[in-house]
Amino acid sequence: MLPTTLGPWLDYTINGLVIGNIYALLAVGLALIFGVSHLINFAHGSVYMVGAYIGWLCVTKLALPLPVTFVTVAAGCGLLGAVIERVGLRPLRNAPRIAPLLATIGLSVVLDQSAQLLFSPDPRALPTQLPTWRIAIGGGSIGALDLLIAGVGIGSAGLLYGFLRFTKLGWAVRATALDRDAAQQCGVDVDKVNRTVFAIASALGGVSGLLVGMYYNTIDPNMGFQAGLKGIVAQLIGGVGNVPGAIAGSLLLGLIESYGIALFGTSYRNLFAFVALILILVLRPNGLFARARRLPPEPLTGTFIAPSRPLVLPKWAVWALAAAALALPLVVQQPYLLQTLGNAWLYALLALSLTLVAGTVGQVSLGHAGLLAIGAYASSLLALDAGVPVLLAVPLAGLVAAALGTALVYPAFRLRGHYVSIATLAVGEIVTLVILNWESLTRGPIGVTGIPPLSVAGKPLVSGQWVYWVPLVVLLAFAALQSRLLNSHLGRTLRAIREDDVAARSYGVDLNRYKGLAFAVAGFIAGVGGALMAHFYSYINHETFPAPVSMLALTMVILGGLGNVAGAVLGAAVLVGLPELFRAAAEYRMLIYGVVLLLLIRFRPQGLLGTV
Amino acid sequence: MADQLKNSLPKKPLLEIAGLTRHFGGLTAVNGLSLTVGQGELVSVIGPNGAGKTTLFNLISGLDAPDAGSVTFEGRDVTGLSAERLAALGLARSFQHGRVFGNLSVLDNVLVGAHTRLRAVKPRIPLVGPLVELALALIRPPSVRAEEERLRAEAKEIVRMFGERLTPRLDKPAHSLSYANRRRVEIARALALHPRLLLLDEPTAGMNPTETAEMLEIIRGLKARGLTILLIEHKLDLVMQLSDRVVVMDHGARIAEGLPAAVASDPAVIEAYLGHKAVGAANQDTGQDTGQDGDAAVPVRIAH
Repeated sequence: MLPTTLGPWLDYTINGLVIGNIYALLAVGLALIFGVSHLINFAHGSVYMVGAYIGWLCVTKLALPLPVTFVTVAAGCGLLGAVIERVGLRPLRNAPRIAPLLATIGLSVVLDQSAQLLFSPDPRALPTQLPTWRIAIGGGSIGALDLLIAGVGIGSAGLLYGFLRFTKLGWAVRATALDRDAAQQCGVDVDKVNRTVFAIASALGGVSGLLVGMYYNTIDPNMGFQAGLKGIVAQLIGGVGNVPGAIAGSLLLGLIESYGIALFGTSYRNLFAFVALILILVLRPNGLFARARRLPPEPLTGTFIAPSRPLVLPKWAVWALAAAALALPLVVQQPYLLQTLGNAWLYALLALSLTLVAGTVGQVSLGHAGLLAIGAYASSLLALDAGVPVLLAVPLAGLVAAALGTALVYPAFRLRGHYVSIATLAVGEIVTLVILNWESLTRGPIGVTGIPPLSVAGKPLVSGQWVYWVPLVVLLAFAALQSRLLNSHLGRTLRAIREDDVAARSYGVDLNRYKGLAFAVAGFIAGVGGALMAHFYSYINHETFPAPVSMLALTMVILGGLGNVAGAVLGAAVLVGLPELFRAAAEYRMLIYGVVLLLLIRFRPQGLLGTV
Repeated sequence: MADQLKNSLPKKPLLEIAGLTRHFGGLTAVNGLSLTVGQGELVSVIGPNGAGKTTLFNLISGLDAPDAGSVTFEGRDVTGLSAERLAALGLARSFQHGRVFGNLSVLDNVLVGAHTRLRAVKPRIPLVGPLVELALALIRPPSVRAEEERLRAEAKEIVRMFGERLTPRLDKPAHSLSYANRRRVEIARALALHPRLLLLDEPTAGMNPTETAEMLEIIRGLKARGLTILLIEHKLDLVMQLSDRVVVMDHGARIAEGLPAAVASDPAVIEAYLGHKAVGAANQDTGQDTGQDGDAAVPVRIAH
């Protein structure tokens, strides 16, 4: 497997630098945006995907010459960037810092799903019109496309340097990055600066998408998610907001990936990037090239807890609602309805778990689906391979998810604000990738089949009512426990950490201890939820709990009101139950979630029942 | 000067700082500072904006670690200990700009102050301690319930010290309070810790004269109860009335120390406050204001 001659290594190096160049086009844009608006733009990957599709239209439908295609892609994506700034950022200028980040996640979901609806989820070929000659160097070779990518990368960097250095608007951009308020005082139109920066960054991102499409000769609507993450990783390696650092970080990441693939194989590709991300966040949160090992101060922090008066349900109402929910199968007997609601209760467990860490403790986790996956795999494998009775495997899976989830997120405990979100996102991806690659344990891409159903005294609980009752009873039990926890000294302690971790420390609150406790409880709840899902679905694989599930969970808890136990249940019921009951076509569902998330952040950040 | 002071120093120093230094890049925010606070004493630290007072507090309270020097608390070297450990040793502080827990009620804010005093619910067991704490919080045996009730009653008692200002707002979220009330909540929270040493960072910033006078009475009351207090304050009349001793800082170093009246007439102090050489050349000073401790532009009032 290991190449012994120099030739292949030269190829890997060239390949790494080419990919690095593509990442650089993304990372530079992200760095520029971070510089002026202190925002990590999660929609950037989607812009890249849009660029690829505009390019595809230009090449295959309009048969435009290559230079015109490039200009069209840059212009189209530049315009999109300006729109993103207008919709995602400007209205949220005075909102907590995490709000625009959540908005860009919503935008990204909307863009990806729209592309999927317009162009179908299937990959498409994006032919290059370039000649196919290759120059042989040493034992490797360079093709025309490699040179084009390098040229575009270097050319863009040069143009950008000239713009920032020699134009008036470029000065304004740099001034805004240094001190936004002071720039505004001096008459800099900060909105215009932001718009320009988003446009430039998005134009670069779009071109990058086009180049990648040509390089691999394939594009698909979901290509943006991973690419956007890579851009973020590259930017973090170089130090957030640092443009030359972003370029260096990108080339480095490209090389790491290329060599990593050479050594371990393609399926590990993304693992390198995310492991590198976690290492960087933990060891050098300011990036490789930063002088001081100090986290950037305030701008990255701020919870998304809108001051609100939460709706407090009276005790009798809670009992009445719970009794009504329990009695429902006695009245309604349609299996489809019961199954749908049962599924909603399972997702409510995930929401309950997320609302504790994201709402109560203020650690906005973007990788929460990973906990479901851990729970699901733990329980299935315990039941199938270790012969543990399902009834015992489910709580054991909860414990595994609690322990593993806490241990995985533990390195991120010292991070704050956006960094927590990025780290948890990476942890979620790592879980998926490990499941995919650890074939001897998880059966890899084939998935786990024939998972036994939950059964009591030899009687499997698979009929309509049980699919509804079991999740509901578990949900009610956990909801009651979580409410009790929030009413204890732990509730105020966890919320104090969210409100002001420095003040909390000064009053003796050990942050690691309580964050760990919260993640353990959350891991247990989500782990049991994932385990139940596995036993009801009877088949799981690494794609059963993908990243969009984490975004869905976040939408649920924001819809219900962050930290709000009843809100989490309501959010899950509304977002999982309603679309199904109204028979909304499945392909529109994610789009609806994205739009709901955007509208909530903009117009009702406290959710339906209020943040607690 | 140190010799003169020896006599006025009480026998047992509670806090001893020696040669404390902290650099931020090229700037030395605290420069070889030494300071002692005796049991039951009230010592004020004054000085112009950017003198390094808040950095000093951060170093003492463990939010920041010094580059050199030592901090001794009750005879024990606590240099570089974490803020949470220092809190457990009995050190409580308020923050310059007020850092209450906005979405927590006034009562919960004060109860967080008592966090280090939780015993029944937070047994000192290594490794499984957090899990035991979780279990106890969920099961709530009588001992845990009794402890919670006792702390609640005590927290209400502390809040009552601030009279009608806070008592009616016990269940209101702290973000709904006025600025002055948030400062009161901070002090109530600090008292709930049962501090051995209380650090107050500009407790009257943003308060009007009436509110300042009330706060003065409260601090006087605390002092009368024997509490040891280290105070940063810009309102010099308040400093003059309360302090046993005053330490003046400028550019991170101690430029004067002594009884309030002596310090107020010290030429070095006047120069530090009103500018170097030419009085009124205020522009000279703005360049020096590093803003390291983020002082708000509070007008300096030298006592008459």
